[in-house]
Amino acid sequence: MATGPRQVGLPAWLFLPAALGALFVLLPLAAMLTRIRWSHFLALVGSESSVAALLLSLRTSTASTVLCVVLGVPMAMVLARTSFRGQQLLRSLVLLPLVLPPVVGGIALLYTFGRRGLLGHSLDVLGIQVAFSTTAVVMAQTFVALPFLVVSLEGALRSAGQRYEAVAATLGARPTTVFRRVTLPLVLPGLASGAVLSFARSLGEFGATITFAGSLQGVTRTLPLEIYLQRETDPDAAVALSLVLVVVAVVVLGLARGGRGIR
Amino acid sequence: MTLELSATVLERGLDLSLRVEEHEVLALLGPNGSGKSTVLSVIAGLLRPDRGRARLADRVLFDIAASGGPHAWVPPHDRGVALLAQEPLLFPHLSALDNVAFGPRSAGHSRTRARALAARWLEEVDATPLATRRPAQLSGGQAQRIAVARALAADPRLLLLDEPMAALDVAVAPALRQMLRRVLHGRTAVIVTHDVLDALLLSDRVLVVEDGHVVEHGPTAQVLARPRSPFAARIAGLNMVRGTLDGHGVRSAEGLHVDGLADQPLTPGGPGVAVFRPSAVGVYRHPPGGSPRNVFESTVTELEPFGDQFRVRTADLSADVTAAAVADLDLTLGTRVVLTVKASEVAIYPA
Repeated sequence: MATGPRQVGLPAWLFLPAALGALFVLLPLAAMLTRIRWSHFLALVGSESSVAALLLSLRTSTASTVLCVVLGVPMAMVLARTSFRGQQLLRSLVLLPLVLPPVVGGIALLYTFGRRGLLGHSLDVLGIQVAFSTTAVVMAQTFVALPFLVVSLEGALRSAGQRYEAVAATLGARPTTVFRRVTLPLVLPGLASGAVLSFARSLGEFGATITFAGSLQGVTRTLPLEIYLQRETDPDAAVALSLVLVVVAVVVLGLARGGRGIR
Repeated sequence: MTLELSATVLERGLDLSLRVEEHEVLALLGPNGSGKSTVLSVIAGLLRPDRGRARLADRVLFDIAASGGPHAWVPPHDRGVALLAQEPLLFPHLSALDNVAFGPRSAGHSRTRARALAARWLEEVDATPLATRRPAQLSGGQAQRIAVARALAADPRLLLLDEPMAALDVAVAPALRQMLRRVLHGRTAVIVTHDVLDALLLSDRVLVVEDGHVVEHGPTAQVLARPRSPFAARIAGLNMVRGTLDGHGVRSAEGLHVDGLADQPLTPGGPGVAVFRPSAVGVYRHPPGGSPRNVFESTVTELEPFGDQFRVRTADLSADVTAAAVADLDLTLGTRVVLTVKASEVAIYPA
């Protein structure tokens, strides 16, 4: 992604709002750092409930990212490589969670998979109870994160075009072979950044989770929920855990950038 | 592997039929946008025509009736038709060797066997030392050679080439052309081009396509020596006046009358063409006296170097003159000139 020498200069006044924007993002992070009581940091972060929340967050976010890839790759392929009536509408609806308040998503999930929801009774008969379980956390995270993967991969698929796929087909490759040996490798960077975005979104998920999965320690109380609860009783712990979340997010973004360089 | 095709693609205004005999290379000639590449897409199965049918040897590739009739469609990967495009389109994530091995792998060969086959084809196109390179590390000419090897390694029953030299440097095109001449020998192939050299060196027969229709076809040498369509005349570098036969000449709709020699009896009133070389055309500022010739008054519209001479173009005709003549006659764009050509230099035949 090397950028060439700049051809046209930027208008000088552009730098002021740009700097303000950067400051607006960075200043609150710095402010948070100033409030951390470093002497108690390890004790705060290492408490039983904190560790449980962090591990639960990492576990559920990984699971939901895998789900996003498994469901999102086929969705992006269908959206990018086929055309049918109502496709535009379907795309808008599928991407709705991007703009929907997560708490609304949580309510929607509750009325689908909850005990009195659309499918809840059928699931109940089968002995499956989804709401207020770790499964529900993963579902809530997948619900909000899926569009990130679909959008990012569909863009990669469209810009990769279909010419390589056409060549592969004329060389005798069946559709599955074309998908596996040509399409996927070509859009791998797009898929990786989509997966990272999904993971990051899952990690930060709050509204849908608390609505659909509740807040049971070790079962559904993920790190964002833990932070929100601690804020009431122990603000120092909340700030310390926030820093942990920031560090995890930075590491994830760093991995994504590094991964993009390999290709 | 004889190919028979008839296809209509309404959106692109294409409506034509063609036939390629076994072991024959057919060149599709025509101006840009005439539908040549569309024909290849239809044969390869990348574009579904509105109606038509195609058969390769004893196998129906597609059969699409206007409505309610028979319907057959073989997907691209099952046709045994490989397509070599203007750009090499090597898979960027695979080495040159694995690009060439792609076809054999898709055909179900083991990785080892596919690579062995690929190595043979790389050798065939003199690219063995490039085997481990990634496409990004190859020049345009090298990449196109490997693309040829990749297409041939898929063991196609029919090879389609879409202006394979068009994106290459003029410096490397001749080498690739020679290589194609070698590997196309004895194959059934269709090549789209608007280069007269490609047609002459690579094809047995040509088909001239204009606006989606066949306007002329025949053996390559014959079409280029005695063109009947303006496009064929232009790429053969010949002047052509089309019109109605009368006596020993042709009268065009624009009122031009050209006398010449016919090697067969002509039917007055029928369509005909007068064809002559630009080097046979004389350029003057004023009508010359002397022996009876064809004389045309015209205006210079273009003047370009052509070998060690200059090619003077007017609305209808071209003439080749020396640089000295350009200076003597003080030729520039817009100069009124008189063009002459002896009747003995003009071939007249029915169109």
